[in-house]
Amino acid sequence: MLAVHNLEVVYEDVMLAVRGASLSVGRDRVVALLGANGAGKTSLLRAMTGLLDVHRGKITRGEVTIEGRRLNTGNASSVVRAGVGQVMEGRRVFVEFTVEENLRVGGHTAGGAGLEEKFDRIYGMFPVLADRRRTTAGYLSGGEQQMLAIGRAMMSDPDYLLLDEPSLGLAPKMVERIRDLIVEINQAGTGILLIEQNAAMALSIAHHGYVMENGITVMDASADTLRADEDIQEFYLGVGAEGTSLRDVKHYKRRKRWLS
Amino acid sequence: MATVASTLLAGLGDGAVYALIAVSFVIIFRATGVLNFAQPGLLILGTYVTSVLAVDRGVPFWVAAVIAVLVVAAISMGIERVAIRPMIGRPVFSTALVTVGIFIVLLILAFRLFAARARTIADPWQLEQWCLVQGETLCAVSLYQHHAGKIAVVAVVLGLLGVWLSRSRVGLAMRATSLDQEAALAQGINVGRMFSLSWALGGGLAALGGILLAANGSVVQANDALFALVALPALILGGIDSLRGAVVGGLVIGLVSALSSTYQPIHAPWLGPNFENVAPYLVMILVLLIRPYGLFGTKEVQRL
Repeated sequence: MLAVHNLEVVYEDVMLAVRGASLSVGRDRVVALLGANGAGKTSLLRAMTGLLDVHRGKITRGEVTIEGRRLNTGNASSVVRAGVGQVMEGRRVFVEFTVEENLRVGGHTAGGAGLEEKFDRIYGMFPVLADRRRTTAGYLSGGEQQMLAIGRAMMSDPDYLLLDEPSLGLAPKMVERIRDLIVEINQAGTGILLIEQNAAMALSIAHHGYVMENGITVMDASADTLRADEDIQEFYLGVGAEGTSLRDVKHYKRRKRWLS
Repeated sequence: MATVASTLLAGLGDGAVYALIAVSFVIIFRATGVLNFAQPGLLILGTYVTSVLAVDRGVPFWVAAVIAVLVVAAISMGIERVAIRPMIGRPVFSTALVTVGIFIVLLILAFRLFAARARTIADPWQLEQWCLVQGETLCAVSLYQHHAGKIAVVAVVLGLLGVWLSRSRVGLAMRATSLDQEAALAQGINVGRMFSLSWALGGGLAALGGILLAANGSVVQANDALFALVALPALILGGIDSLRGAVVGGLVIGLVSALSSTYQPIHAPWLGPNFENVAPYLVMILVLLIRPYGLFGTKEVQRL
């Protein structure tokens, strides 16, 4: 179980980005984290993986645990070694490297051992990458780059994989393929935390979901419950508002229900 | 014809050393985004340590050189830890100015150490020449042994470095760090260690550059640190973030310098003496005017 307990994140000593977020991900689960722009999703992810330092942020309260033990979030390298991999927002593949070099960098923490087997496993999962293993990563399409980013993260054999907006900027067909791949990775025994704005996609595969708003996790429910929730439907899935004029929707009142 | 051949060989010999020094700049630039102005200081320290060991203590030249490279690499690593690491996340310009400060400190240190004496480094080549083509009475095409030695040493060192950077796990991690630090962190690469390593490499290569610069049978003084600046035209010509560019740039600058030292006094004496020291900078200005990102450098793309 990868768990976040009442986490609080502050940037530059003044900006409170996350103010009390809690969630947990089991190894057999796909957990979705939904929220609008600026809700604190990415900050939470950075806090969990030790990347806050680069952005001049720090965790001021709370902690992250993995299988009950405290995760050293001060050091990104030890987070990866502890079995938490991540796919960053915007893919962030090493564009000047070939596909295979990108994967090798992903396997950095594991040392040189068993590299070939890992390549085979990743190429089995992503046949597209196998065909293009000598291609410079910058020349891959967006979807292929996303697969490469996921494959790279899988090279460290993580117990938990955190994905930040894997559907960002991809064609609907590609979004479906990425979604199926996430399910496949989960079924092979890796717990998934899926951060998404594309709530329809995330909730279609998630077992459980959290909604984050203004730095707080405001909802914590099974995916079925979330899909059925009226507010989720209206604000995240875009159903229910048909026929009514936007002028009639009193956002401030409806928003209040989230926070109470 | 014979003069051309001798001149080109000499140019390649000096150019190889310029290439090595330019590479030492590029390694640090790519890892940390900072043009390290302290390199000339590190370079002259390398020469000094070699001189002390080889001349004063009688240590064999090659042993002395290796020890000097290691010592300077350690100093360079220390500088990174103490003065550069705290600057991470600050504007690159501030960090570059810190390196200027370090350069001044190292230069003053070098003047103290040399104590106004000219030193030698007891290199094995001295002023020996090989005659490649025998003329009727004199030698037609000759090659200084030190030029051949420089080409050989630089080829071996840069060859090994290139293979290591492209093949080894750590080399790959270092290149990944220079491409995207945050993404490298997310793969579990210890970025701090990569910074140390790149400074150690950069410092060690600069020291080796200093040793080779001094290895021409003449004497060396603290002031000679400034010869490292000839790496700047090489860098600009090759493109400041490209290792291949640094090598090509270094060789071209060496050739330009050698050709102008041979032919300028004959064909354009009105330019005055020592024009060969100016020629590299003319090339630099031309490159900056025509192709500011150099031959192999990354062209900066800006979206408007």
